[in-house]
Amino acid sequence: MGLNSLRKESIHEWNEVLNPSRPQIFVGMSTCGEASGVVAVNKAIQDGLEEHGIDAVVNKTGCLGICYCEPLVDIIKPGKPRISYRSVEKTNVSGLLKDYILDDNPRPDLALGAWGQEFKGIPDLFELDFMKFQVRIALRNAGVINPENFSHYLARGGYQGFEKALDMDPEEIIAEIEKAGLRGRGGAGFPTGMKWKLCRKSRNFPKYLICNADEGDPGAFMDRSLLESDPHSVLEGMLIGAYAIGCSRGFIYIRAEYPLAIKRLKIALEHMKRHHLLGENILGSGFSFDIEIREGAGAFVCGEETALMKSIEGQRGTPYSRPPFPAQAGLWGKPTNINNVETWANVPVILEKGAGWFNRHGTEKSKGTKTFALAGKVNNTGLIEVPMGMTLEKIVYAIGGGVCDGKELKAVQTGGPAGGCLPLAKLGLTVDYESLAEAGSIMGSGGMIVLDEDDSMLETARYFLAFIQEESCGKCVPCRTGTRQMLAILDTFIKGRGKPQDIETLLSLGDSIKKTSLCGLGQAAPNPVLTTINYFRGEYEKGINPKLLRAKAHQ
Amino acid sequence: METFKLKIDDRQINAGGGDTVLQAALKAGIYIPNLCYDPRLAPYGGCRMCIVEIEGTRGFPAACTTRASDGMVVKTYGPQLDRLRLDTLELLLSDHPTDCLTCPGNQRCELQKVASFLGYNQRSLKPRKSDHPIDDSNPFFNLDRNYCVLCARCVRTCDEVTGINAIELINRGDESRVSTFAGSRLAESECRSCGECMVSCPVGAIHAKNSPVATEETATICPYCGVGCGIYLGTRQGKIVSVRGNEASPSNRGSLCVKGRFGINEFVHHSERLKSPRVKKEGGFESAEWEEALRIAGDKLSGYKPEEVAVIASAKATNEDNYVLQKFTRAVLGTNNIDHCARL
Repeated sequence: MGLNSLRKESIHEWNEVLNPSRPQIFVGMSTCGEASGVVAVNKAIQDGLEEHGIDAVVNKTGCLGICYCEPLVDIIKPGKPRISYRSVEKTNVSGLLKDYILDDNPRPDLALGAWGQEFKGIPDLFELDFMKFQVRIALRNAGVINPENFSHYLARGGYQGFEKALDMDPEEIIAEIEKAGLRGRGGAGFPTGMKWKLCRKSRNFPKYLICNADEGDPGAFMDRSLLESDPHSVLEGMLIGAYAIGCSRGFIYIRAEYPLAIKRLKIALEHMKRHHLLGENILGSGFSFDIEIREGAGAFVCGEETALMKSIEGQRGTPYSRPPFPAQAGLWGKPTNINNVETWANVPVILEKGAGWFNRHGTEKSKGTKTFALAGKVNNTGLIEVPMGMTLEKIVYAIGGGVCDGKELKAVQTGGPAGGCLPLAKLGLTVDYESLAEAGSIMGSGGMIVLDEDDSMLETARYFLAFIQEESCGKCVPCRTGTRQMLAILDTFIKGRGKPQDIETLLSLGDSIKKTSLCGLGQAAPNPVLTTINYFRGEYEKGINPKLLRAKAHQ
Repeated sequence: METFKLKIDDRQINAGGGDTVLQAALKAGIYIPNLCYDPRLAPYGGCRMCIVEIEGTRGFPAACTTRASDGMVVKTYGPQLDRLRLDTLELLLSDHPTDCLTCPGNQRCELQKVASFLGYNQRSLKPRKSDHPIDDSNPFFNLDRNYCVLCARCVRTCDEVTGINAIELINRGDESRVSTFAGSRLAESECRSCGECMVSCPVGAIHAKNSPVATEETATICPYCGVGCGIYLGTRQGKIVSVRGNEASPSNRGSLCVKGRFGINEFVHHSERLKSPRVKKEGGFESAEWEEALRIAGDKLSGYKPEEVAVIASAKATNEDNYVLQKFTRAVLGTNNIDHCARL
């Protein structure tokens, strides 16, 4: 019992999409598209097709990551390449349909790019600056396929990795993941293969598997986009992991604020059940596994793995000390393996194409790619996936198209609220786990915010510190009270009433909080303040109360 | 039980299988400041006072959540540890009143103990004033959240020791607080008033309404029921003023119920307490000697057939007394008509 015959049919169906006998339209229907008005555009497309009497198939697709051009609409005409149209509006879409589909004018003025070739004055989409430096592994299907259509995923190599895994020994699979050098994409960068091995070694049953989809960093939306655009890539990764580790039950812990991702996951789980990819005796292999969705109730700290497990257990979502690590005693005290959405999405490709193919990308210690949500004062905002080791400069200038309005770059904030601000001088830094940590920031889950000369570093630090303070669970003293005290002191500088000695207070308090907090959230909480003092101390000095400075001078 | 050796502050210590570093240290008489630790509860790691340095371990793990192991080398103090602990204490105290003298927890407060151990002497962070109303609805103890250090010992005791779960932490971060379900007052909650939370509270946040300090303590058994909980009766000027569970007692391991904890001194010293048997004479009860009372009872019982008699045993009597009573009923009175008040 395999997927071969189904895959053959799927490839046939997918070919009909790529080389269609009648026009195919793809509408970018992710949350980002919806936010920029794609629902109205979609309606206008239906109306336009009717108005002009055009016989075309309208598909939805996920997010290509090119947020600054949303809403995106793709049109494939028989014998023509797929063309993506940018910033489509409900008022111009009817004209576009008529011009291109009926009158064969591809409207280069509205087009963003043609897929894989230049076409009648429209540039190759993948040669655009925003796209050409990217390597899309985790996002391989995002914005390409219809995430609600199982055939599309299957036709593009889906579940080949899993079928290959079923023919391998679990140890071999883990060895392959280790060889690939895959590290946790949730931010900490723990080697995935080693994590699986630890959990596999445990002789305690049952074992659980968790996909951490509690993405909570402000400005970060990699996981949401991935789940909305290609849920099966994550689910296939989980299936492979469960088989390799020996887990019988899996959970996807996802925040309730991601309704579309939840909806698409539910549809994908239905596909899996229908095609014997879930439940008892999967594909006749003797391996049984089930996946349930658990929705988080909106606490940032529940993205921390121990708090997450408490939450799944139905308890108050607060972290606890490790060891024991989840691999030894996790969910309900049983061995548990937790990986982030993006980590799971990388797994099927490693199995399908081999570790050697995967680890060609990246640096010596950080293999593969990383997705980033590029935001802030940068011309091209969006979701990107780049090989590890790319410099910040290349990301901001080559992919991001530089700073808005020709302004000077001041800093790049990476790693979300637990991360830090890196100044212009650090722009040559390569993006990988080691070098970001060395510079005082972290890789984190993939938030990247560009700040320009007008941005106040104090305000930036305050934004992130206030976020952490608000989201602290309150279990341990340093995080609960320390973040509030730091915020209060930071506010005195913002108001120009800082005490000269309080820069030192912030540094020493921050150091204590980092060293004494219970979980990763608290241990990283002072980072926004500490990195801004480190790189932008002058701005803090400007916030000192001038009267106090004069008094000091008199002493 | 497996035992092993570890080194704490250059001293060789013996520890047992399940011991945490904190337990091993305390057993050996080495004090590590702590607030959220209660030996009856699962390790929590919230107050961060018991952080230590362990050779080969990164950072500053909490001694209460770290299992002791063979050959471990632990340092409980040092310039950096002392500074980190003082900073944490300073943070804690910036959320805590300093009116120790009028605080019901005065002299019994573990926070005072920690502060004096660490040599805390100067407040440098801005304190936050809190004005939570005091919940005085319970007849025996008050809940004053203004003194709360959020160690969750009360909450965990109510869960792990009593299984009642009348209280829980609600909200998040520094808005966290102890609450009953739906925020009702304690008296209207699931609370059974056993006072276990009060005993566990390291500060004055949950305190007895009336608790003069006893000058003398006597170990005895609670008279209320057949469980036979071990207690210490605290006395002062010839009167019972306090009750404390005896942790060494196998039947209660220090725990008590509402009656044992709060109900003894009142009935012992009550003006209407019965101190001798009473017999009915000419329509009214009168005090009698035991000999007389037993004789009258015996005489009267002899006048009935076995099936005309029934006996109700008391939950206040011990198991042994109740055993003898049923034996007396069946063997002497010759009837099976015996029941127990707890079934009524």
